[in-house]
Amino acid sequence: MSRVLVPNEALANALGANELARELQVRGHEVIRTGGFGLAWLEPMLVIDGEAYGPVQDLDALDAVALGPLAKLPELVRQQRIVFDRCGHVDPMDYDPSWLLEQLEREPREIIEEIKASGLRGRGGAGFPAHIKWQTVSDAVCETGAPQKYIVVNADEGDSGTFADRLIMEGDPFRLIEGMMISGHATGADKGIVYLRSEYPLAAEIFANAMEKAKALGLLERFDIELFIGAGAYICGEETSMLESLEGKRGEVRFKPPVPAVAGLFGQPTLVHNVITLCSVPGILDMGGKAYAEIGTGASTGTSTFQLAGNIKRGGLYELPFGISLRELVEDWGGGTRTGRPFGAVQVGGPLGAYLFERHLDTPLGYEDMAALDAGIGHGGLVVFDDTIDLVQQAHYAFAFCAHESCGKCTPCRIGSVRGKEAVAALASGEYTEDRLEVIDELCDLMEQTSLCQMGGMTPIPVRSALGEALSRKGEVN
Amino acid sequence: MPSSEAIRDLVAACVGQVGAPVTALRKIVDTHGHIEDEHVRIVADVFNLSLADVRGIVSFYADFRTSPRGRKHIRICQAEACQSVGSRALTKEMTEALGIALGDTSEDHAVSLDGVYCLGLCASGPCAMVNERILVHATREELLR
Repeated sequence: MSRVLVPNEALANALGANELARELQVRGHEVIRTGGFGLAWLEPMLVIDGEAYGPVQDLDALDAVALGPLAKLPELVRQQRIVFDRCGHVDPMDYDPSWLLEQLEREPREIIEEIKASGLRGRGGAGFPAHIKWQTVSDAVCETGAPQKYIVVNADEGDSGTFADRLIMEGDPFRLIEGMMISGHATGADKGIVYLRSEYPLAAEIFANAMEKAKALGLLERFDIELFIGAGAYICGEETSMLESLEGKRGEVRFKPPVPAVAGLFGQPTLVHNVITLCSVPGILDMGGKAYAEIGTGASTGTSTFQLAGNIKRGGLYELPFGISLRELVEDWGGGTRTGRPFGAVQVGGPLGAYLFERHLDTPLGYEDMAALDAGIGHGGLVVFDDTIDLVQQAHYAFAFCAHESCGKCTPCRIGSVRGKEAVAALASGEYTEDRLEVIDELCDLMEQTSLCQMGGMTPIPVRSALGEALSRKGEVN
Repeated sequence: MPSSEAIRDLVAACVGQVGAPVTALRKIVDTHGHIEDEHVRIVADVFNLSLADVRGIVSFYADFRTSPRGRKHIRICQAEACQSVGSRALTKEMTEALGIALGDTSEDHAVSLDGVYCLGLCASGPCAMVNERILVHATREELLR
């Protein structure tokens, strides 16, 4: 009888992990359902008495997919897993709260100082320094007495090419509960709400189980957690749209200021963070903010949970220090395109991220380095395309996606996206006129400068990067 | 099919939760498949909202469909990671094979074809769902099976 780790994770399950787990049980093995390691091309990946195998199709043909000892698997040991250190190794419900309880005895001010020293910035896309938000919520007072402060977790992971939130919520939900409770303790919030997208049913189920377990451990007596499932709206990943949705309304974005840290959910001081931001907190407190700040590059400290997706041979989640180059990720870690064709482009940071090309690949992945290319890191997703990419079509899609997902509150986004889509469609049909290009350019300026939120404000980024490249290549041909 | 009373109970059970009207509508879709006018009236009544408020919420969220879906519900990811590995071609093949456009349901209600924006399995596309089952590396043959 062997001890076998079998991932209970959406991708592994789609590839047969549930059936493998059942068969292993029938054969009398001890089966432990863990999270996934995030190595997509090896799923379903089993660990049998410490030896890794993947992708496993047939339990009687394991030798063909032997990967050697898990503890030496290069794709894992070469990473610097701080957020994901437990994920994949353990049954997520097998949780000992003693470390968390120790942290909750610390002085709130001391915790905020550690976060400040760590240089932690928001992992959802904006890259805003976390400690400023924490301090604001901590300092918040209310004219009508003590405010009900909230922690709101943004798990509305809608960017194509991203799955870090899903993997951690499926594989180590207590990492998120730790982050929520510590931030709640530090800021004076005793209620937390997780806004999870409806496309992640397994994450919802596992997180709900973790909440039950937390309740049984007595953790929820001091901090209440609620799980809210979204209803299929990309815009609800925008923080104020999310708050509207949590108030049971259409997810229309709010004017800022006031920022949510001052007046957020139900008008109360609210700390809104992405899942991975909060899940970075336990590692920071464990190693100390100063040590964490030494990882990474410049003002981009710590690790990022990069997600390599699209047309890529070895896709998956790789937790690595900021500063790794695009080329290292795409070529060394990813192994190039899955189709085997030459690299065409990589879109970094989701549907509002820039398309980058061969000449950009040596850029380090840090907030400032990417900003210098008019690009961003977003939520750490990289979508790779081979050389068959149709850049005009991708620019069209960027406008079309914005038109589809715009909340409709502000005119530049609601109407600009539709007009932009029409103008690029005309371009695609061959009408390359100076007039039309000028219209698209002006429209992009207008959307950038006057949209209420980043949906309209950042749609010009993929449009300009894709269209600019397409036009310059066309110029070379003519 | 749940009765109006059953729907009312379902909706009333959400009172007091964060985002309750949205959660109530989602539960209706989960149990009934789509939202009918009668359900909109129930939600408005329970939460003391206007019909316009509730219709506004219904029309905002993609999950809140107002027409019955087919017995087989096929959803193909339309987002970039899946585009990079052929989801556009797969979608075109499926619309041709089924004789319906994306977003439509066949006349006999046997099948609905919808887009979805990301299932979070982006290193293994094209991704799709058939009813509750998730497919990665999806093919036309598999979706039609």
